[in-house]
Amino acid sequence: MAKIELINICKKYKDETVIDDLNLTIKDGSFTVLVGPSGCGKSTTLRMIAGLETATGGEIRIGGKRVNDTAPGHRDVAMVFQNYALYPTMTVRGNIEFGLKNRGVAKAEREKLIAEIAEIVGLDQLLDRKPQQLSGGQRQRVALARAMVKKPKVFILDEPLSNLDAKLRNQMRTELIQLHRRLGTTFVYVTHDQVEAMSMGDEIVVMHQGVIQQADTPMKLYHEPANLFTAQFIGTPAMNVLDTRDAAGLSLESESTVAKLGFRPEQAVFDWGGMHEGYRLTGEVMTRESLGAENIYQIKAPGGVFFVKTFLEPLREEQTVRVVVPYEQLYYFGPDGKRLYGVRVQERQLAAAGGV
Amino acid sequence: MTAWEKLRPYGMVAPSIIIFSMFFIYPIFYMIYLSFYDWNFVSPDKTFVGLQNFKDLLTDEDFRQVLSNTTLYTLMTVALTTGLSLFLALWLNRKGVFHAFVQGAIFSPHIISLVSISLLWSWLMDPEYGLLNWVIGLFGFEKMQWLSHPETSLVSLVIVAVWKGIGYNTLVFIAGLQSIPADIYEAAALDQSKPWTTFRRIILPMLSPTIFFLVIINMIGSFQVFETIAIMTQGGPVNSTNTLVYYIYENGFRFFKIGYASAAGVILLAIVGLLTIVYFRLLSSRVHYR
Repeated sequence: MAKIELINICKKYKDETVIDDLNLTIKDGSFTVLVGPSGCGKSTTLRMIAGLETATGGEIRIGGKRVNDTAPGHRDVAMVFQNYALYPTMTVRGNIEFGLKNRGVAKAEREKLIAEIAEIVGLDQLLDRKPQQLSGGQRQRVALARAMVKKPKVFILDEPLSNLDAKLRNQMRTELIQLHRRLGTTFVYVTHDQVEAMSMGDEIVVMHQGVIQQADTPMKLYHEPANLFTAQFIGTPAMNVLDTRDAAGLSLESESTVAKLGFRPEQAVFDWGGMHEGYRLTGEVMTRESLGAENIYQIKAPGGVFFVKTFLEPLREEQTVRVVVPYEQLYYFGPDGKRLYGVRVQERQLAAAGGV
Repeated sequence: MTAWEKLRPYGMVAPSIIIFSMFFIYPIFYMIYLSFYDWNFVSPDKTFVGLQNFKDLLTDEDFRQVLSNTTLYTLMTVALTTGLSLFLALWLNRKGVFHAFVQGAIFSPHIISLVSISLLWSWLMDPEYGLLNWVIGLFGFEKMQWLSHPETSLVSLVIVAVWKGIGYNTLVFIAGLQSIPADIYEAAALDQSKPWTTFRRIILPMLSPTIFFLVIINMIGSFQVFETIAIMTQGGPVNSTNTLVYYIYENGFRFFKIGYASAAGVILLAIVGLLTIVYFRLLSSRVHYR
């Protein structure tokens, strides 16, 4: 078990800077997910922790020990690759055993460990098969077993579920969460899928263009996004964002310029009885998606297109709708995309809007 | 189904079957037929001699020498070409102007005609005026006889064959190496695998289909070596470089012992056929990974 510290990390390829001055502490025993769009530097960061890429600058510490110059095999980390990277000419047993052999673990001990791990991941019947005789899910388990058997301080997982079908992915997601609880080891997980990040991580690091946008718990990330990028990256559908210039009937009072305002689709309420107080929008329903328990509406208003999500309500058939977002559910962002706090809606406007 | 519908597919493949039969199937059977006769290529009479040609061949000292020359030549050529090109491929399998240049340079002999190569190397290996002996002389070594001495002549021909074949072999090995995903190496590094262990336990087994392909192709090619021998040594000195195909050519078209040459041809066919069967048998038992 170990804490991972990345201090002033830089990564450059010739002239291109991928990561510049990155600072991050991954807590001991946490399930930390690095998430972001492709090319945001999340995989590079992960590979630097594993030692598969060298950092151009800065310091990497695992368990308090500087590992910049330590070979990947000696960092006490194990990795699960996106394409599993199993040794195709070895059996399942051979794949799991290879790392142990290289460490000089005695044969009797190796056999005991393999039997143990194989049972945990449900491979005991398949130990003598070759990887090409296994299904995607089974290969995934071999990759996990190969990593687990080394009893590493840190588990590194690089988009491990992206090659599985939707059903299996959900199942493996649950299994990984349980595995993390059982082992209590630090997990560092990379994905581009925010749903995966939200459902698995207890600490999420949102990255964009090589810069950490926000590192927080899933709930904090969702409810208290630090900037426009995080706000729009987390959540399905994403947060609705409107330009304040297009937000008619809303007068804001703030020390700095408010460029955008946003609200979560599920915070908007259909305003039929005029009972709710808040920011009002009128628009045409463009699409309706009914997913059973929840309905998603895409609405075109003069200020822009936005989404509304309702739970356990019958699907609305009207063409023109009015929705209201309670003032306290509005998020404000400056011209640089940073979240603004302490923005107030002017009383006069509030009263006027409420009187409609 | 009408008769036309039944016949149509045969009609479609007929042109290629006819050409294939005329130039491949018929000559093979005609060769087998001739191997039972005594014939001088021009006389209208062929004398049936049964297995006499084969008996003569197997008791002929020269033929035994020829078989041993061919086998020795094949073993040396295949081992050296495959071994060296694997070594080169491991070194050249990376990006960079220098590596690309070396790769191109060692491939260039592959596109040169063997006749030109033979003439070039005849000069390079000339004991008196050749470049090789001049270079050796610079280092203070004694001049070598190369093609002119029975002890070095076969090895000299092996050198030429390796020089010509190494570029193509290296290219195939590089292709084989590049089909191994990078994350396999990374997984091995995380498993604390030392470079030699990674090579022996992971890379070599993954390359085995490539190695196998090259060994068989090189073997079949080496067994049929002809041009370099015809131009550089004519089988000499003292029969030391006489190989199977050259022996067949000599007996058939210089001594006009067509039956005898055909019998040797049948033996060559059997050897190459056997190698091919072994190749396909072993190939089908190997599974490619994806």
